[in-house]
Amino acid sequence: MSDQQDKAYWAKTSNLMYLMMGLWIFFGYAIHFFVTPLNSIKIAGFPLGFYMAAQGSLIAFVVMLFWFAKAQDKIDRDSGVAEDE
Amino acid sequence: MSDTRASGGDFTSNLGKIYGIYTGGFFGFIVLVGLLEAIGVPNRYLGYMFMGLTILVYAFIGIVTRTAEVGEYYVAGRKVPAFYNGMATGADWMSAASFIGMAGSLYLLGYDGLAFVLGWTGGYVLVAVLIAPFLRKFGAYTVPDFLSARYGGNTARMCGVMVLIACSFTYVVAQIFGTGLIAQRFLDMNFEIACFVGLAGILVCSMLGGMKAVTWTQVAQYIVLIVAYLIPVVIMSAKKFGLPIPQLTYGQALQQISDLENQFKANGLAPANMKIHTEAFTSYSPANYFWLIFCLMVGTASLPHVLMRYFTTPSVREARNSVAWSLFFIFLLYFTAPAYAAFSKLEVYSTLIGKPIADMPMWVYNWGKLGLITICGKAAASADAVREACSAVAGHAGVLRWQDFNINTDVVVISTPEIAGLPYVITGLVAAGGLAAALSTADGLLLAIANALSHDIYYKMINPNAPTKQRLIVSRILLVVVAAVAAYVASTRPSDILAMVSWAFSLAAGGLFPALVLGIWWKRATSQAAVWGILAGFGMTLFYLVITRYWPHVGVQYFGMSSLLNPVTGAPLISAADMAKHLADPAIANGPVLVSNPLASRVGWFNINNISSAAFGLPLGFLVMYVVSLLTPAPSKELQAFIDECRRPKGKTIMEEKTT
Repeated sequence: MSDQQDKAYWAKTSNLMYLMMGLWIFFGYAIHFFVTPLNSIKIAGFPLGFYMAAQGSLIAFVVMLFWFAKAQDKIDRDSGVAEDE
Repeated sequence: MSDTRASGGDFTSNLGKIYGIYTGGFFGFIVLVGLLEAIGVPNRYLGYMFMGLTILVYAFIGIVTRTAEVGEYYVAGRKVPAFYNGMATGADWMSAASFIGMAGSLYLLGYDGLAFVLGWTGGYVLVAVLIAPFLRKFGAYTVPDFLSARYGGNTARMCGVMVLIACSFTYVVAQIFGTGLIAQRFLDMNFEIACFVGLAGILVCSMLGGMKAVTWTQVAQYIVLIVAYLIPVVIMSAKKFGLPIPQLTYGQALQQISDLENQFKANGLAPANMKIHTEAFTSYSPANYFWLIFCLMVGTASLPHVLMRYFTTPSVREARNSVAWSLFFIFLLYFTAPAYAAFSKLEVYSTLIGKPIADMPMWVYNWGKLGLITICGKAAASADAVREACSAVAGHAGVLRWQDFNINTDVVVISTPEIAGLPYVITGLVAAGGLAAALSTADGLLLAIANALSHDIYYKMINPNAPTKQRLIVSRILLVVVAAVAAYVASTRPSDILAMVSWAFSLAAGGLFPALVLGIWWKRATSQAAVWGILAGFGMTLFYLVITRYWPHVGVQYFGMSSLLNPVTGAPLISAADMAKHLADPAIANGPVLVSNPLASRVGWFNINNISSAAFGLPLGFLVMYVVSLLTPAPSKELQAFIDECRRPKGKTIMEEKTT
């Protein structure tokens, strides 16, 4: 593989990494800064701020990781560095 | 590795069938024990059946999957599919503390306890994106292997081994301690003997087959622990709200809790500053809450016994999928834990608080006898004991108030079947689940420690020419030795052991995270930088932990620490006058007063609790690595090529070992 392809591959991988870190910061921290105002919204008995920390963010993490595995695999394939099946 | 495929192929090619039958058999066994209970077999024997049979099954798997090959011993031959590796990681990850203690902490801390739920799940995002796939491509057997290859040499390897042992050993002691407690409580065994029985249970799983055997027993243990965790709370949810999905119905429980909290305050049954279950930042200040989440997340991504699970997948692609599955299986337990907490709290609030102290239900006395439930400050052993304790409280009207009642955090999960009026078989099931959680985590940790000693120190540093057979013998001997030492330490009942477990996360985060992440993502990171970064990050974290816990007076006198603040009022926990008095006290000034030091864990820098001590170590580790890297010559062309190789999934693993 040429140097240039190598660089392009790593740039794509890095961009995905930054996107994932952004989402991680959002669901891990940013949303919980607003727990007190969010708690005034109630859904099925759950105060929303509490719900986000107890379930919402967790669901987001799980979905994020399955999506990430797919997205990174697509980058690998498109760049020709995926492993043989 | 074609030669490794033949052995154990029958097992790995029939996984779905084997674990399907196993799960069905386990449900059948639960029904059988239930029938035995119905015809009057005493509870004690039912308990023995649960513990005995599950341990026998683990031992059986351990023996069937034994191996004499290095590749299988260290990384399970790299043929564990993502899905099963996810389950194994789930069991590896969730310890006795997660299984038994977490719901209790959530009961006690309310919203603030969710820091643990968030921290122990969100870390997997870092594992998947930043670290695991690259270590898998490299082909490491242990985490220090990678450090040594990336940072050229044994100094970095030694630093890695040091951090690994520091954070894994206390953790494994706590697991054996947990095993001992469960065996003691459910089988009436002597605690010291119970510790060594637990040790035997751990060794049969891991000694003969190393990683391969541990993997397949952990899958079995995951199934037991998740079934045991879900069944009681699902039944409780169905009984109370008519829907067997506790994760949805506990919203109604939260609503009722909140109504009751308001009633208590209005009726004088609780003080005005009572802890509101869903209100944020009543136990931790916002800064402490977010630093705790951060330290737990980064610690998750640095704990060697977790990272090494991803060395066992067949490919880099599978490693990424496997992290997603791991998180899914862990999530099943962690998003249920707050439901446990809410149901227990609702039960206590609606059936106990505001009722005459004379008619407490039977389960209160059952746990009160063990000192795990206190009323009016004394163990609630019987109706008389409760009456006596409350009559000693000035102005007590004989009605149970919110502040009178106290429940040990371990009891919440264990007592749920009893509170819900379920038969003993469910209690036995919960005990078996707790045991599975403790054993599986202990297995993973022991293997991590023993592998670091046998592979990194013995084979890589002392005797690189050791033949395969000898390496495996050394591994097994070291495994037994480490396990025996850990069991001995556990049997002495070290008072601080549970606190130390939460330290492991900060130590791993401060020590390993910068070196691992920069090693992959920053080509400019040099070997000297890694060594200094690990030493600085680990050293700083350890310093903050040890000083604030054991020598808080020294911290105040020489290192500019001050009292932590009350998260609600913002007032110092120790007033200036008290601080002066304590510091002048010769009993405190003369050295470490371990448990009784009144300043212990109540002083620090910037009001940061010591469980979040990587808040100092981690930034320092990154900073030192950055500065030293720029001051030392850039890594060689070969090393840069090596990093490129780690980043590309295609191709063989870089570290190739002779495996037979």
